[in-house]
Parts: sequence; C-alpha cells; structure tokens
Amino acid sequence: MTGDRTHPLLWVVTGLVLTYLAVPSLLVVVMSFSGGLFLEFPPRTLSVRWYQAYWSSGSWKDATVRSLEVACVVTALATSLGTLASIALVRLTVPGRSALRALMVSPVVVPTIVLSIGLYSVYARWRLIGTAAGLVLAHTVLALPFVVLNVTAVLYKLDRSLERAARSLGAGPLRTFTQVMLPLLWPGIASGAIFAFLISFDEIVIAMFISGSNPTLPKLMFDGIRYELNPVVAAVSSQLIIVTALALLGSAWLRRQTDRTSR
Amino acid sequence: MRPRSSWGQALVLVGPALILLGTVYLYPLARLLVLSLTGGADGAVGFGAYRRFLESSVYLGVLLRTFRISLVVTIVCLVMAYPVSYVLSRVGSLTFRVIMVFVLLPLWTSILVRTYAWMVLLQANGVLNNLLRRLHVIDEPLRLMYNEAGVVIGMAQVLLPFAILPVFASLRNIDPRLHAAAQVMGAGPWRRFRAVTLPLSLPGVAAAGLLVFVQALGFFIIPALLGGSRVITLAMVIETQVVDLLDWSLASSMAMVLLVVTVVLVVGFDRLLGLDKVWV
Repeated sequence: MTGDRTHPLLWVVTGLVLTYLAVPSLLVVVMSFSGGLFLEFPPRTLSVRWYQAYWSSGSWKDATVRSLEVACVVTALATSLGTLASIALVRLTVPGRSALRALMVSPVVVPTIVLSIGLYSVYARWRLIGTAAGLVLAHTVLALPFVVLNVTAVLYKLDRSLERAARSLGAGPLRTFTQVMLPLLWPGIASGAIFAFLISFDEIVIAMFISGSNPTLPKLMFDGIRYELNPVVAAVSSQLIIVTALALLGSAWLRRQTDRTSR
Repeated sequence: MRPRSSWGQALVLVGPALILLGTVYLYPLARLLVLSLTGGADGAVGFGAYRRFLESSVYLGVLLRTFRISLVVTIVCLVMAYPVSYVLSRVGSLTFRVIMVFVLLPLWTSILVRTYAWMVLLQANGVLNNLLRRLHVIDEPLRLMYNEAGVVIGMAQVLLPFAILPVFASLRNIDPRLHAAAQVMGAGPWRRFRAVTLPLSLPGVAAAGLLVFVQALGFFIIPALLGGSRVITLAMVIETQVVDLLDWSLASSMAMVLLVVTVVLVVGFDRLLGLDKVWV
C-alpha cells in the first residue's frame, strides 16, 4: 500500500500466534484416533475405537439427539422472533427504539454464570429443570442478539424504495414482507440462524445448571472432562470441529450472497 | 405517517421477543437482585449479603484474583493480537483469507473442545511435558495446569479472536495517505508507526481490551477445568454457593456485583468511545 514491507519478524510472531490458535483443535483431531487407553501425541497405534465407543453408547447418542433437537427449535424460534423485531427496530418509528435494540443485544454482555443461576432459581419454581422447553427458552435469549445484529445489518443496507414500490402497487404489509423483504433479507436471516444453532448446540454453563438429569452433549462432555480425561470426548470434539468448519464455510458463502444482493 | 397503525405493527413485531426476554431474561435477573437483598438468616431486607461478600478476606481474595487473571489475559491477548492485526491490515486477499480462517475457526470451536485439548497438552504427563523431557530440556515435569498460568493460557486462546477483530478494524480504517504523507516528510518506518499507526489504532486496542476483559471476568468453564481447586474465580464461587452450599443470597450478591461491573464497563466505554464505531 505505502511501499512498506512487513518486517519478517512480524510474520514469525503472526505464525506463532496462529499456531497457538490452531494447535488445540488440530491436536484433538489427531489424538482422537489413538489406539491406546489414554490420549497420547503422537499416537503410538491408530484406531477408531473412540468413535465406535461414541456411536455405540446410548447416553452419548441421547445427549447428541437432545442437543440437536434443542438447537433446531432455538434456531427456528430465535430467527423468527429476531427477524420480526429487527424489522420493527429498523423500519418503524417505535418509541424507545435504541433502548429496545440495546435490550435485545444485551444478553451478549451479561455473564452467562449470572443468567444461569437466575434461571436455575426461577426454573426450580416453574418445574422447568431438566426439560427441553426450559433449555430452548434460555438458549433463545442467548441467540437472539446474533439474529438481531445480522438481520438489522442487512436491513440498514436494503433499499427502502422497493418496499414503497410494492406498497404503492397495492401489496399489503404481509405480501410486501413475504414477497419483497424476505427474499432480500434471507442471507442475513440465514447467517443469524447459523449463529443461533451453534450457540445453542455449544452452550454449556446454562445447560450445566438447568439440564438436570437430561444432559445435553456439552454437559456430558464437561462431566467426561472434569473427573477423568475420557478419550471419547476427543472423538466427539473432532466431529464437532468438522461440523463447525462446514457451518462456518456456509456462513461465509451466505455473506458473499448478502454483499451481492446489496450491490 | 400513520402513527397509530405503526404502533400496532410495532407491538406485533417486537411483542414476542419482548415477552421472551421479560420472562426468561429480565425476570430471573430481577429475582437475583431481590434474593441478594433479602433471604438472609432473618429474612430482613438489606445489604447483609453484600457485606458478607465484601468484608470477607477469602471472597475479596477471589474477587482480586478474578480481576488479576482478567487483566493478565487482556494484556496477553492485546500483545498477541496487535502484530497479527497489523499483518492482516496489509496483506493481499488470499493471505488475508487464510489468516482469517485461523482466527475465526477457533471462535466457533466449542470452548469445551479447546479446554479439553489444553488439558491433554498441559498436564504433568501431557504432550508438552513429554516433548520437553524427550528433548532433555527438563527433567521434572513443569506445572502448567492447575495454576493461574494454565488458566491464562486457556482463556487467552479463547478470547484472542475478540482482540484481533477490533484492532484489525481500526488499523484497516487508517487512511493510507497519512502514511504516504509521513513518508514524504521523511519519517522512517519506526517513526511512521509510532506517530501515525499506533495512535490511530488505539481506539481499536481499547475496544479489544474491553471486550476481552469483560468476558474474562465471567469465565467459568476454563478456570474450573484448567485451574481446578487451586485457582478459584468469582464465577466458580457463585456456582459453589448455589450448588453445594445453597447460599442464594450470597451467590446473588456476587452475581449482582459481577453484572454491575460488566454493565458499567460496557456502557461507560460505549458513552466514551462508541463501541459500534470500532467494531468490524
């Protein structure tokens, strides 16, 4: 840009920092294939025994299914609530708009441990401990900010005259929404949905308190780590890393779509 | 336009989200506030729980340790984030994308997965100690876990992306013509960095520091797993009070202190510098 060369030392430092970022995830993948009773690096013998242990265990499978179910419902709920609210926040003159926006984004800032014990206390009275509904509601609160941030970002860029044109041609608000806004908004909505899914699927602190005797996948992993270094966790982790990488690629692709539609 | 119908529309659109936030977000937080002010031995309303928290040397020590760890993690993150962000701000698009994958992928890898990896790496007969022993660098295994060092290593890795993104955003927004001007005026590379780049990137550095520090304050999983019973942080005491000791008023007072500190820091920072300006 300015003819400045980046100093070679900077590249060395950057390489070291990137290694620090990547090493834990990469090591887990390699070690998950170790054949011994304990995790070792490099593994002396290779096997898929920990993957077999995962896929043949009832409790791991139950926890995975539970986490997937909760995450799917959270995705649907957070995406619809967040999208509707975003439209009101950007398009309508609502009193206290900035306060409303701050409220909807604020769960990002609140320490999860604080919300967790609050929910634990309230759920105990409402008999929601150990229920999927309780987890869904709590995770939706955490996911909502990411949907609102993603959808409002697209909304601000969207050309308003398209909606006005639809309205002046006689389309009602619902028709304008489904036929004009939704197709233009969908990349923002979809990337909000991916965030929502990952947040719920990964969430551990709230699940620790309120999932009771029906643990989610992260809760089961936490128990497997806290008291013993259960190697099955490495197999679960590797599979999670792959799924996350795919989701991230998907969201990058969606962002490119957003840029294209807004141009 | 038509204010009345706009009101009705707004209510339909925002209402569902507000009902959700009211019942499972604001109400639980309000309940913690109530619990922190009541529920003592005699059930009287007052600051008894806060006094028990802030007058106990044990809990003050925990609070201090939580702040100290968060501060060290913040400094470590900033020191690592600046060079990476600097490189990011001046590479071609392919290198940029490769580095970004390294930065963003861990952001979306479960914290549990990464903590697990650190435990395998850092434990007494773990990967790192075995490697160092085989290379004859050490005879006795180093203590890398169940101490503050281990907690800092684990937390900094998780929070580093939150430091890199704002610093990079502020570096990218610096007008390259300022550099050219400084060069024309005869400033060498070091002088250009010190007089142009560094001061103009400071808002991003401050935002990064805030994001890391505030998140570090409330961390639970990493100190619990990498620190164990030797490195107790505030979040861990809160959990113990609730789960093992059932002291709800003390736990709530601690949670309220954590919440207020966090909110004051974020809101104060937003008023002073504006968080959205420095975010990517």
